[in-house]
Amino acid sequence: MMNIHIKNGRLIDPKNKIDALQDVFIVARKIAAIGIAPSSFMADKIIDASGLIVMPGLIDLAARLREPGYEYMATLESEMQAVVAGGVTSLACPPDTDPPLDEPGLVEMLKHRARSLNQCRVFPIGALTYGLKGAELTEMVELTDAGCKAFSQADAPLIDTRVLMRAMQYAATFGYSVWLRPQDSFLAKNGVAHDGEVATRLGLPAIPVVAETTALATILQLARATGVTLHICRLSSAVGVEMLRAAKREGLPVTCDVDINHLHLTEMDIGYFDANCHLVPPLRSLRDKDGLRAGLLDGTIDAVCSNHSPVDDDAKQLPFAEAEAGATGIELLLPLVLKWAEQAKIPLLDVLSRVTINPAKILGQKMGHLTVGAHADLCVFDPKASWKVAPGALKSQGKNTPFNGYEMQGRVRYTLLDGQVVFQY
Amino acid sequence: MNNPQLDKHGELQHLLTTEGLPAKILLNILDRASAFMGSADGGEIKKIPLLHGKSIFNIFFENSTRTRTTFEIAAKRLSADVVNLNVSSSSASKGETLLDTVDNLCAMHADMFVVRHSSSGAAHFIAKHVAPEVHVINAGDGRHAHPTQALLDMFTIRHYKKEFHNLRVAIIGDILHSRVARSQIHALTTLGVPEVRVIAPKTLLPTMVEHLGVQVHHNMEQGLKEVDVILMLRLQNERMQGAALPSAQEYFKYYGLTKEKLALAKADAIVMHPGPMNRGVEIDSAVADGAQSVILPQVTFGIAVRMAVMSILAGK
Repeated sequence: MMNIHIKNGRLIDPKNKIDALQDVFIVARKIAAIGIAPSSFMADKIIDASGLIVMPGLIDLAARLREPGYEYMATLESEMQAVVAGGVTSLACPPDTDPPLDEPGLVEMLKHRARSLNQCRVFPIGALTYGLKGAELTEMVELTDAGCKAFSQADAPLIDTRVLMRAMQYAATFGYSVWLRPQDSFLAKNGVAHDGEVATRLGLPAIPVVAETTALATILQLARATGVTLHICRLSSAVGVEMLRAAKREGLPVTCDVDINHLHLTEMDIGYFDANCHLVPPLRSLRDKDGLRAGLLDGTIDAVCSNHSPVDDDAKQLPFAEAEAGATGIELLLPLVLKWAEQAKIPLLDVLSRVTINPAKILGQKMGHLTVGAHADLCVFDPKASWKVAPGALKSQGKNTPFNGYEMQGRVRYTLLDGQVVFQY
Repeated sequence: MNNPQLDKHGELQHLLTTEGLPAKILLNILDRASAFMGSADGGEIKKIPLLHGKSIFNIFFENSTRTRTTFEIAAKRLSADVVNLNVSSSSASKGETLLDTVDNLCAMHADMFVVRHSSSGAAHFIAKHVAPEVHVINAGDGRHAHPTQALLDMFTIRHYKKEFHNLRVAIIGDILHSRVARSQIHALTTLGVPEVRVIAPKTLLPTMVEHLGVQVHHNMEQGLKEVDVILMLRLQNERMQGAALPSAQEYFKYYGLTKEKLALAKADAIVMHPGPMNRGVEIDSAVADGAQSVILPQVTFGIAVRMAVMSILAGK
C-alpha cells in the first residue's frame, strides 16, 4: 500500500463544495488529508498535478461492457482500458447482456471478473424480469445478495403494466430502486429516428416523443401508487423533462439521467444517414436538446452518463435502419461534460456533481467525493489538453461514435482506484 | 457537409435523391431526355452507342418489374452491357453482407450501379463505399427517394404544361411511406412550382411534412380545386393491416380519384400515377383510362429520362 501525495493540483470536490488549490494525501487506500499533510506522512509516490484538476473518479450510470454474450463487440479487458482512460472509477452496467443479468450466478461471475481486473468498481443492474421478457419477476433479493444495485429492463419493452406494477411493488417491499427508460413499444415499433423533420425528409421509420411521454406518465403513476424508488434512464425529450420537473416538485422519489449524445446532438446530426447517429433513444430536436440541458442545469436531471455501447464495425456498416444502434462513449464522458460546462458557462464545481456525487447517490453508494476517510478513487485531468476523437485515439473496442472527428478539450492524466494508479497518460 | 451526389466540380457523381440538386442539374437531365425522345412527339427512341463498352449492374434487393425493365431498356438503347441481379434471391440469403456484395460487383468492373433496396439510405451507403469512378443511381430506397421516377414525372409535367412556375400540383395518397412523393416534392419545389399540395388522411402523412414546402389538405374537394397536375400514389395493401386505414372501400370513397372529383380540378388538368395502379382503390378506371390520364406516356418518358441520367453520369 502506497502513500501518495497529489500536489499543486486544483481540487474540485462538488460534494464538499471545494474548488481550490489543495494537495491530496492518500494513506492506506483512503483519503488521509486534504490541504495539509497528516503528521508523519511520508510519500511513496508524488503526483505533480500543477495545471491539472483533481476530482473524485467519475461514476457512470450506464456502461455496457458486453459480457457475457457479446464478446465480439467488446470484452471486460478491452473496455476496462477505456474506462480508466476516461477517468471513470465506478460504473453501473445494464442487464442486457446475453444471457441477461437475471440469475445470481451471472452477476457473481461479472463481479468476480471485474474484481480480478481491478480497474474499476462495477455495479451490475439486475434484470427486472426473467430474460428481460417482461413477464416474470426475477429473484430480486438473491440478485441483490449477489451484488445488484438496482433493477431494470434496459431497453427491453415491458408491455404488461400489471407486471410493471407488481415489479415496482416487490422492489419497494425491499427498498430496491427500479431503473426504467420510458418508451412505449407500440408507438416506437420499428422506429429508428426521432419523429420530426429529419426522419420525414430521409424517410426513416420514426419514434415520436409521445412514445417517451406516454410511457413516462404510466411509470410515474405506478411509482406514485407503489412508493418505489424510481430512476428514469436516458430521458430524450423536453416534454419528458417537464414531466419529471413536476414529479420532483410534488416530492416523488425519482431521479433521472441523460446521456452525453443527447446533451450535445440532435436529429440534424444524422446528416446523410450517418449510422453512428443511430442511437437509443433517438436523437431528438434542437428544442428537446435545449430542454434536456435546462433540466440538467436546474437539477431536474441529476446525472450525465456515457451510455457506452460498443458495437462492432460490421454491425455499423449497414444502411441506417439496419445498423446496430449504439455508440462508444465512456472515454468521452468527461470531455463532453466539460464542453457542456464551457458552452453553458457553468462553474466546474457545479457541473462535476453530475458525474460524481449525484450518480453515487442514485447508486446508493457512499462515494463520489474526497472526504477524509473516503476510498481514494480519483481522476486527475488536464483541462487545457485538446485531442481529436478518432478510432485510433480510443481504447474501447467499439470505435463508432457520432463525435468522430470532434475536438475534445480535457484529457485524463491519472486515474486512481482505491489508492492505486490504474491509468497514467 | 458535402452533397454526396456532386463531385468537386459540382457535377453529378451519383443520383441518389432529388433533394439538394440545383434546378440547373434537374433541367439538364430533362433537356437531355428531350433530345433522346427525338423530334416527333412520343417518337421512337433510337439505339445510340453512347455507353458502348460500359457495364451497368441493376442490383435489386427488393422486387420490381417495371423500374428494372425500364432501366434495362434505357441502358441497352445506350449500347451498354447490362447485368441484372436479383440480390434478394441470391447473396443476401446466403448471409453475404451488403458491403461484400458491392465489393464483389466492383471487382467485376461495373461502371454504374442501379440500386433498389428496402432500407432508406441504402443508396447513400453504397455510393459512399464504391470506387470513385463508379456511379450509383438510386432506383428506390425504403421510404426515402426514387429520383428517376420524380424526374420522369417532371418531364411529363413539362411536356404537357410547358412551364413549372405557374402550376398548382397535388400529390394524393400514402405520402408517409412514399419515396416517390418525397422525390416529387423536392423536384417540384426546386423547379419553381409555386403551390404543391399533399392530400391524405393524417395517418398517411409524415410529421412536419409542411416543412418540405407543401400545403397540407385532408379533404379531396378542397385539395383538388384549381389544380393543374394530379400525382396519384400507389396505396400498398399492407396499410390496411397496420391501423393506418380502416378499409380500401372507405379509402376509395374519400381519397379515390373519380371523374366527379377530377372535375374539381382545372379542366385541362393531367392525371399521373407511378404504377402499378390499384384500380378501384386509389383511382377509378374511368380516370386511369380517361382523356386526362397521361399514365402510359409517363412510362415511355421514363426510358428517355433514365437514358439521360445514365449518359450524364457517364460524362457523355
